[in-house]
Amino acid sequence: MNSVLVFLEAKNGEVSRISWEALAAANALATGLNLPLDAAFVGDPASPVAIQGDAPRTLYAIGDPLLQAYTADGYTETYRQLIDQVKPAYVVFPHTYQVRDFAPRLATRFNQVLISDVTGLEASGDSANFIRQLLQGKLNATYRNSGDGPRFLSVQAGAFRAGAASFISPKVEPFHPRLDAAQIRTKPGEPFRASAQTVDLSSAAILVSVGRGIKEEANLPIVQELAAALGAELAASRPICDNGWLPMERQVGSSGQTVAPKVYLAIGISGAIQHLVGMKGSQCIVAINKDENAPIFEVADYGIVGDLFEVVPALTAAIRKVKS
Amino acid sequence: MKIIVAIKQVPERDARIRIDAAAKWIDLTDVEFMMNESDAYALEEALLLKEAHGGEVIVVSAGPERVGKTIREALAKGADRAIHIESPDETALGSYDALGVARLLAAAIRDEQADLVLTGLQSDDLGLGQTGVILAELLALPHASLILKIEKTSEGLKVLRELEDGWFQNIELPTPAVLTIQSGNTRLRYATLMGIKKAKTKEVRRVTIADLASGPADPVVVLDHVSLPNKQRTTQLLGGSPAEAAAALVEKLRFEVRAI
Repeated sequence: MNSVLVFLEAKNGEVSRISWEALAAANALATGLNLPLDAAFVGDPASPVAIQGDAPRTLYAIGDPLLQAYTADGYTETYRQLIDQVKPAYVVFPHTYQVRDFAPRLATRFNQVLISDVTGLEASGDSANFIRQLLQGKLNATYRNSGDGPRFLSVQAGAFRAGAASFISPKVEPFHPRLDAAQIRTKPGEPFRASAQTVDLSSAAILVSVGRGIKEEANLPIVQELAAALGAELAASRPICDNGWLPMERQVGSSGQTVAPKVYLAIGISGAIQHLVGMKGSQCIVAINKDENAPIFEVADYGIVGDLFEVVPALTAAIRKVKS
Repeated sequence: MKIIVAIKQVPERDARIRIDAAAKWIDLTDVEFMMNESDAYALEEALLLKEAHGGEVIVVSAGPERVGKTIREALAKGADRAIHIESPDETALGSYDALGVARLLAAAIRDEQADLVLTGLQSDDLGLGQTGVILAELLALPHASLILKIEKTSEGLKVLRELEDGWFQNIELPTPAVLTIQSGNTRLRYATLMGIKKAKTKEVRRVTIADLASGPADPVVVLDHVSLPNKQRTTQLLGGSPAEAAAALVEKLRFEVRAI
């Protein structure tokens, strides 16, 4: 059987948005290659999910008590067995923290390599090219597979548009892997949140977000003054929070918060993928950066190429002037 | 505890991006290199574990001669010895896919029988984020990825894993194991003068790709070409002096975005 098989990730019984984006990508691939599309998820076959997008031919509902909590060993072995049964030509994943934990291991089991974090694909006839970013988004790379399948790819958040709710229900087929508790070598604990959030970045109309370009903690006041002048909330990219200059709860990006304010001012932020996925839905993006090739300018509506230590104080002064 | 840390040397963050003649990578003329950020954190975790529990830290790195500088940096920070998988030139490793590189690493470290293998979670240049996990599969070891903290327990390890959206999780696993380390949990140490001096006398074992590979690269994933990204939005660049650019931006925010 030659097909495209997409894995949907469910959290608390609900399939995540990025999984529907992966379904859309898998559908584009299946259409281009003229292959049928199947899907799989770990969950109850009796309460199948409402599909967002074109319905797959078959939805495999994977069930086993050992899959209650996610483990790399459990998921790798389960998906290996399903792939051995279904024999897909391509296996598509959403690029989540869970997928990046086990999918490289799964691909290795088939002597294959996962093409991770795919942002675009071109498929026609019997060949497909996959695009992903290099150098933190400063370069695009086009990859293709060589040799026989199955071929593995994971799809970046926000790169494909999820479809509308489907009226067609796929055929649901239960799949029971043969798992042995001894195969699962890690013991996962319950997920927890580090601390109660006291800052809600998602409700701010304007965010002033600061990145590595600020260089030192002692320089933070210049962006704090800008935020105050604008009546904005202060946010940051990961390195700033890693350094402890601002608390983690102000972090925007895949490991922090996802925001979509009216205006997002990215100051000294180069725009690595992990940051962009957390803010590219903003209505208006302003980037201030000394590097005109910084990927943040790919998503910015307005840009100032220059030294933030000159531009930001000038901007604060200009805002104060119009507000007074 | 015997700990192996796989580190990668990558182009510096501000390196100028010019595509090379073959459209396979960037032109490396005048490019400076540095230790991959999350690998530096992996090294730091290894050194902290060694300080707390004793043992040995061995770094392994693949690449041409220039990688020696990053290896020396790791030794100066406190690693005990190193294995340098030396590629003859800038392009030899480029024909290997992630599985191919992980196979070289596995071949280079297998006989060490380490208790723990650490890598950064992903490289800042290729950003595949897979080498550590593939390495675990090749060495038939359990793994955990995106790790912020490592604690030694009587049965093995207890590690703190970062999940999405500010969530975390503890995971227990036996050793030997492979962990991929997320940046940011600790402060990175600087090499001391004494460390730099000592590093010069520490062992760096050089092995070639030919010593380790059982055959040609034979990749299953092939890089076709690289290109500069297309813009997703049209950026209006506001020029002039800082004051002029700032005034122009305020105009836009007031009258077009209506946010002020």
